[in-house]
Amino acid sequence: MTYLHAAYIATWVIHITYLSFLVRRYSQVRKEAEELRRKQQ
Amino acid sequence: MSRTFTILAIVAAGLLSWGLYGALVGAPTEQTMGDVQRIFYYHVPSAWTAFTLFAVNLVASVVYLIKRNPKADALALASAEVGVVFCTVVLVTGPIWARPVWGIWWTWDLRLTLTLVLWLIYVSYLVLRRFSSGSQTPVMAAVLAILGALDVPLVYFSIWFFRTQHPQPVVGGGGSIDPRMLHVLLLNWAAFSCFGALVCWSRYRVEVVQREVEEMLALESLLEPRGAR
Repeated sequence: MTYLHAAYIATWVIHITYLSFLVRRYSQVRKEAEELRRKQQ
Repeated sequence: MSRTFTILAIVAAGLLSWGLYGALVGAPTEQTMGDVQRIFYYHVPSAWTAFTLFAVNLVASVVYLIKRNPKADALALASAEVGVVFCTVVLVTGPIWARPVWGIWWTWDLRLTLTLVLWLIYVSYLVLRRFSSGSQTPVMAAVLAILGALDVPLVYFSIWFFRTQHPQPVVGGGGSIDPRMLHVLLLNWAAFSCFGALVCWSRYRVEVVQREVEEMLALESLLEPRGAR
């Protein structure tokens, strides 16, 4: 694998890892918010 | 999901695809370095996007200190976190380019060292936000963000005013660049800026919902009778 490919792959691995962390966190807090709203009604 | 978000996502995906094609195929091969120079099309726009996000963090932190607006605080946190992600890309792609060109992965050159310091400052900011729960945390973080932002112009201008191993600026610094290379560079800059804005917006939304949850939990604990706890 060339250095060029390594750099491009590394860039997208970093971004995709962060995005997957963000998506997981968003679904988690949204679920928590919905549960709390249901409880408060 | 708002319509603006969807449009921005489509624009970002289109620009990133076009930018990738331009970087790998469209741009001419540099005569001295060969294909490894193409790393520049990801490295430089990532650095510019990180600087923009740190500038957003600075403005949001100043607004928070003046107005104590929680939305400004949430935006400061979101922009710092996404800025750190882009700065990480810069610190990873730089050494991958340096190894075949300089023969070393890293050197304690002024530009490289200041970029690492910048990354460490914003990582400290995120650690402070994550592990400190006092009511003064946003204020302390905003002050740290203002001090951290002072490093951004130092990083940017370090190659203008000092002799460093890092390549001299090719845009706006008296250097020359092939117009086709400049086109691909600006295209990737637009693509990464759009992508950075999108990710920052998403992180901001997560932060807003997270704070709503915290408020509801606080309210719930206040409303519960003492015996029920």
